[in-house]
Amino acid sequence: MTVVVKNLKLALPPGGDRAHAVDGVSFELSAGKILCVVGESGSGKSMCAHALMGLLPDTVTAESGEILFEGKNLLSLSPAEWLALRGRGIAMVFQEPMTALNPLMRIGEQIAEMFEAHGLLTPKERQRKALALIREVGLPDPERAVRAYPHQLSGGQRQRAMIAMALALEPTVLVADEPTTALDVTTQAQILKLIRDLQRRRNMAVMFITHDFGVVAEIADRVVVLQHGKVVEQGTADDVLLRPQHPYTRALLAAVPTLQPPPRTPLNDRSKAVEVIGLGKTYVSGGGWFRAERRVQAAKDVSFDIFRGETLGLVGESGSGKSSVARLVMRLIEPDAGTVRMGGVDLTRIGGKTLREQRRRIQMVFQDPFASLNPRRKVGNIITDGPIAHGVDPAAARKRAGELLSLVGLNASAMERFPHEFSGGQRQRIGIARALALDPEILVADEAVSALDVSVQAQVLDLLEDLKARLGLSMLFITHDLRVAAQICDRIAVMQHGAIVELKSASLLFAAPEHAYTRELLSAVPGRTSSSKAA
Amino acid sequence: MISFIAQRIAKAVIVLLALVVMNFFLIRMAPGDPALVMAGEAGAGDQLFVAQLREKFGLDKPLPVQLFLYVKGIVSLDLGFSFRQQMPVAKLILDRLPATLLLTGTAFAISFAFGVLFGALAARFAGTWADTAITVAALIFYATPLFWVALMAILLFSVTMDWLPSFGYETVGAGYTGLAHVLDVAAHLILPATTIGLFFMATYARMTRASMLEVVRLDFVKTARAKGLSDAIIQRRHVLRNALLPVVTLAGLQAGTLVGGAVLTETVFAWPGIGRLIYEALLQRDYNLLLGVFVVCSAMVLAFNLITDLVYRSVDPRIEFAT
Repeated sequence: MTVVVKNLKLALPPGGDRAHAVDGVSFELSAGKILCVVGESGSGKSMCAHALMGLLPDTVTAESGEILFEGKNLLSLSPAEWLALRGRGIAMVFQEPMTALNPLMRIGEQIAEMFEAHGLLTPKERQRKALALIREVGLPDPERAVRAYPHQLSGGQRQRAMIAMALALEPTVLVADEPTTALDVTTQAQILKLIRDLQRRRNMAVMFITHDFGVVAEIADRVVVLQHGKVVEQGTADDVLLRPQHPYTRALLAAVPTLQPPPRTPLNDRSKAVEVIGLGKTYVSGGGWFRAERRVQAAKDVSFDIFRGETLGLVGESGSGKSSVARLVMRLIEPDAGTVRMGGVDLTRIGGKTLREQRRRIQMVFQDPFASLNPRRKVGNIITDGPIAHGVDPAAARKRAGELLSLVGLNASAMERFPHEFSGGQRQRIGIARALALDPEILVADEAVSALDVSVQAQVLDLLEDLKARLGLSMLFITHDLRVAAQICDRIAVMQHGAIVELKSASLLFAAPEHAYTRELLSAVPGRTSSSKAA
Repeated sequence: MISFIAQRIAKAVIVLLALVVMNFFLIRMAPGDPALVMAGEAGAGDQLFVAQLREKFGLDKPLPVQLFLYVKGIVSLDLGFSFRQQMPVAKLILDRLPATLLLTGTAFAISFAFGVLFGALAARFAGTWADTAITVAALIFYATPLFWVALMAILLFSVTMDWLPSFGYETVGAGYTGLAHVLDVAAHLILPATTIGLFFMATYARMTRASMLEVVRLDFVKTARAKGLSDAIIQRRHVLRNALLPVVTLAGLQAGTLVGGAVLTETVFAWPGIGRLIYEALLQRDYNLLLGVFVVCSAMVLAFNLITDLVYRSVDPRIEFAT
């Protein structure tokens, strides 16, 4: 065994909602094996990772237990011993490669710093090693990458650089904390493969933290499932995924959406709620007296209809233009070309008061339930602001807000509370209630469940489905997650470089993808094969 | 890069001309003109004398014509003639400029270096007595009016202790040369430079501290710790460098105003610089001199903004020369 964690107890500061972040957790890491630690937010999985690196927040203390590595209990290391160990014996890769790299230092310098920290090699040799590492992790154009700043690389390239850094001193253990969560699915597939390959080549023990069972199926040899800081189940990947014993593991697995779209009742009403015809939008940046401008085509001749009662999915990777299209449809940004028609109204041709009145009909649910609600306003005000602006009597608006809150599964007393008093899932429900307060005909959901844990995600998806049926809504559902799209969409449009490359019913799209890009996206979804087995 | 600078200079010239026009009218909106002030001082208040003076100064011409003549002069780098002092404005300003630059430059260097140092120390030892002491001292110097600090400094270091001279640029009539002269000027410089410096030091210290405490929470600092880097290197290389970005912006904005911004201090310490020139020109309604000083100050602000942008570009690679 490379690392043995025995009965680890990490105490949280007093006054929190629980006494221990991690409560009696035991697991082992062995050379050449990947251990996936799975759990929802707040399960303590990141704390375990940080404990292994000696990077726990000051407020969290190791109360009991031990972490044995190379014959030493890490919990009793001196600060100097930690400095010697970090990066050399155990290295770490973080979730968000953009923020995990120093924006003011070149990639090569940041990798070379690993050697410097441990007093190894001369500056020249460090640079040479950095270049070799960059080659090993497959960054394109290594000579340039070594001199590049983080912002000059893409997300996937940055994560490769992070991995190169972590591997620099050939550590025996690699701790990866959600290393692919911030990446697109095709990039994620590449990074998973890279970690897999390197781990085999170097016979490392890997602790891989994730909330995504698809990733687990893709990469894990062994799995530990955490809930509220306790291990509820651990075993080989096959055992946990295919023969889960604990009800929580079963519930988590059941909440993972499958790529098989459920049978959907065909729409009997074929009238169009929205018609989008030839939308075009080009962002121009820079430009001026002496400088060439940069153009990004966010939408190229985008056309689709959404029928009454239908959910149209818009899927694609970051930068494909799906959010721009949503904003164009809502006319939050001005299109360069094309029209958006709702009934008899051309949304792109109206302005002023008429536009403001029409806005009521199309409402948005945002991705981040933390950022999209004003933290200084009570939930009741957040929900009633819209209707009151549209001339609804305040008392009536408040009464309706109470009804909406119970409709989305919250207590009407929520009106008097502030957003920070709610969990992520509850906040997303508030966001939905806010959108519904204006009695829209169309709901635009921009990555509305992407920030939520799978079990919460399943609940919010159910809620949206239910509301849509009850209120006769149409929905434009934007997501990068094909599993989610499969579950909720009637038809799906796949976007790449600002254009729709394929648009067809969900069942057809998953059964018989035609466009090469669609096929690439589908094959990159982690855990494709085993998750269908598990389900 | 070259085209960026060329473009910025072209824009700066336009801004400068707009400022000249604005200042021109602003000054003339104030009651009284140089002719009235001079006639009043001479005790010769009759209309004919005033009219003669106005004709001599060109003040009898219609405003647009005056403006045209003035702008024409500026374009050919002629700042006009001060009738009060009977000297070209450019010469008056150039005579005073070195003293001001010496004062404000020293003040700026002191305030930036020590401000960042104290801010970094406060952040590093956040929550301890050292942090509290630095923060409270910074708050006091930030809140106290400059002239009061100046007067107290004179009282303490010149009057009571008799360590430092209380006014002027050098000891009058001493005739020092060489090193003795340098030391003499330096002794005169300490009080006024420190007075200005303390205020700016306080702002830099507070900003550096806040900025560092923010940066230290960022992910890349955790990455640095995960590398096994020592705390000293992490603080200096990863935290401080990133934390300095907003401080550099602030410093750039303030550096531009330092030329004209020392009016109070120069007046209290009788420092023969631009600040006192402004004060005198204002009292005497010396239009041309006042306008000339304004032009030079504006040009300084614009120049320092450009320099700040260039410095910023070299400390933050994410900034491109966007327009």
